[in-house]
Amino acid sequence: MTTNAPTPVWHYRTRKQTLLGWLGWFSLVALTVFCWQLMNENTIWAFVSDAPEQAADIGGRMFPPAWSYIDQLWEPLWDTINIATLGTLIGVAVAVPVAFLAANNTTPSRRFVRPLALLLIVTSRSINSLIWALLLVAVIGPGLLAGVIAIGLRSIGFIAKLLYEAIEEIDFNQVEAVRATGASGAQVIDYAIVPQILPAFWGISVFRWDINIRESTILGLVGAGGLGIQLSASLATLAWNQVAMIFVVILGTVIVSEWVSARVRQAVI
Amino acid sequence: MNVLKLDKLSKTYATGDTALNQVSFEVPAGQVLGLIGPSGAGKSTLIRCINRLVEPTAGSITLGGTDLAQLQGAALRRARRRIGMIFQEYALVERLTVMENVLSGRLGYVSLWRSFLRRYSPDDVSKAFSLLEQVGLSQHYNKRADALSGGQRQRVGIARALEQDPELLLVDEPTASLDPKTSRQIMRLIGDACRERHLPAIINIHDVMLAQQFTDRIIGLRAGEVVFDGPPSGLTDEVLTRIYGDEDWTRMRGEEAGADEPRTPAVDLAEGI
Amino acid sequence: MDQPSVHPVTWKRPPVLFTHTGWRRAIYAGALIYLVLAMQSIEVDWQRVYLGLDRGWKFVEGFLTPDFTTRWRDISEGLIESLTMTVTSTVAGILVSVPIGIGAARNLAPAPVYLFCRGIITLSRSFQEVIIAILLVAMFGFGPFAGFLTLAFASIGFLSKLLAEDIEACDRSQIEAIRATGASWWQVVNYAVQPQVMPRLVGLSLYRLDINFRESAVIGIVGAGGIGATLNTAIDRYEYDSAGAILIIIIAIVLVVEYSSSYIRRWVQ
Repeated sequence: MTTNAPTPVWHYRTRKQTLLGWLGWFSLVALTVFCWQLMNENTIWAFVSDAPEQAADIGGRMFPPAWSYIDQLWEPLWDTINIATLGTLIGVAVAVPVAFLAANNTTPSRRFVRPLALLLIVTSRSINSLIWALLLVAVIGPGLLAGVIAIGLRSIGFIAKLLYEAIEEIDFNQVEAVRATGASGAQVIDYAIVPQILPAFWGISVFRWDINIRESTILGLVGAGGLGIQLSASLATLAWNQVAMIFVVILGTVIVSEWVSARVRQAVI
Repeated sequence: MNVLKLDKLSKTYATGDTALNQVSFEVPAGQVLGLIGPSGAGKSTLIRCINRLVEPTAGSITLGGTDLAQLQGAALRRARRRIGMIFQEYALVERLTVMENVLSGRLGYVSLWRSFLRRYSPDDVSKAFSLLEQVGLSQHYNKRADALSGGQRQRVGIARALEQDPELLLVDEPTASLDPKTSRQIMRLIGDACRERHLPAIINIHDVMLAQQFTDRIIGLRAGEVVFDGPPSGLTDEVLTRIYGDEDWTRMRGEEAGADEPRTPAVDLAEGI
Repeated sequence: MDQPSVHPVTWKRPPVLFTHTGWRRAIYAGALIYLVLAMQSIEVDWQRVYLGLDRGWKFVEGFLTPDFTTRWRDISEGLIESLTMTVTSTVAGILVSVPIGIGAARNLAPAPVYLFCRGIITLSRSFQEVIIAILLVAMFGFGPFAGFLTLAFASIGFLSKLLAEDIEACDRSQIEAIRATGASWWQVVNYAVQPQVMPRLVGLSLYRLDINFRESAVIGIVGAGGIGATLNTAIDRYEYDSAGAILIIIIAIVLVVEYSSSYIRRWVQ
């Protein structure tokens, strides 16, 4: 046996890996510092240091919330829920075909149709529903319709993206088996693909509905209906106790909708 | 009368791998044909070429007078419905009920609308019930397919294939994920169904013992070429070496036979649970 | 075959979701009634919509022939604010959410810490970014600093929640194995938990970076800096070609972030 062989020294990483790692961390820190300075060029620090006083002031005005204001909030709340629900329905109706066009294994043409579908998805996903609402209010005028369409447009990309990923993950053996019976393309979708993605579909739709409830509470800020209209009115008059009441209502709605969506997702899996 | 005739069937994949090289044979009505060979010999490709789940590169496949290799679109689908297929991992649509899986054998016959509403004709439905009774699952028709055991799922797979009223049965490794006892039951079920209907079948199978026991004729495939074609009794050690390469066949058979029999009661017990 | 027995000739698929017939009918009827009521709550001023179609077409034209040059100064300023806000807030969000995420994991934290951290997460998740931005703008003044705080706060809720869930889903046996060696709590986190959750934490952070950029385009509408303010102005002035340019830039950046993050994720794993 060799007795004079040097004991191997154990290194956590090789020298090059260590160096690369440090370089990565350093550039991340440098980037952050650089961004921080660029961002705060115009920041008036006097306002920032003033913030605790402002917060205390606003907090004082918010409390106690204007409980009786709730009488004027029921209808906007109903509108908010409708915007979210109808918008989700529109989103689902458009997203389902788009998802089938975008999924690698169901698209009619990988070269032409799929990129178009993916572009549609990323466009819808990139633009927040508030921006969609801003545009739509300018185009078709203020009101619930703009809100519903804005929520719908934003939901298309979200639902279609998650759904086409689910379609791409299906078990292909089941598709092959149904195809072997002589089924047509539509029948293959109905018998082999739809049953496999149905749980994902319900989960995604309800999840998006839950998000949409949250988003539709603010659409009114740009005139697209719902609680946001009341919110912007109260903010304009600096009626902070009314604002606080609206926050309470929003919080309640969000908690309920989250509970509903969690229950539905549990049920379908 | 020959129901199925393969003539110089070849398949070369886009990667350049030759899976089948000029395979020719005929299958008469009512014959159960076992297809054996090592992994990668092209057994699975051969079966899938016949119903065109895989596109053959050259050659012809004649089933009852039509050349399947030339068909496209609706004509291909009409041809597929004449060929029943049973799969390796059952390939049932797991989230559909047993009944829907069996009825899906009629998809090539019914309109999209009827299949979408699950409104099948009385004949189709009563046939499905009768097939489920034959394979011993009359009680389970409303269960979801993923609630069944492996053996039960393969029975549903058999019922689905027979629901098609096929002229030919393609069977791809039907026992690959089943225990020895269930494997035998499944093979017996397929064999009986074929004899009863005078139905030819091509069974692609790993297990040489099972093949010998349950088929009328054996074709040995090696590297995409037919290297043996004869009765099961013709599978001598020399033939097996030609198909699979060198191995101590006599000892392996002895071991397998020895190991198999005493295991059966334990398996019985397991199925009882 | 022996005696052919008589088989049923009809079969109906058993209902999956609501198995009780009465309940099922009630739920369907309820859904229908809701849908009708919800549709009625949308009052559409068709004349306004008709007038708006013209404007809508102008917007489509603006989107197809975007004008990057006229307002380039405003656009680039907004863009820099948005990007710097995105980077700094994501980094700050990660730094704060790692301890909170660990604190909100039931298998690592004692009950009081757990409840406290979960409370922070719920608070952060319940409100839309825009609402948080309104409050913070009121406290800290207009500009990107308020936006930075908003996005950092929202990131905390998102990252900590998913991180905590990930830690809770960790393989128990690995944690037990490290604990069995006599390791301290910090060593357990370092050796058993960190390797398991690290790849996902990187993935989540990159995903949040993407979200933060998209949100940074929105909170500008309520005065928290960034490209959203520029967009809002462009739409208010009916400069649809500039608005189109901004939207195209947003979509392009989202695409770039998405592609590079999938690349980085593969590199990390």
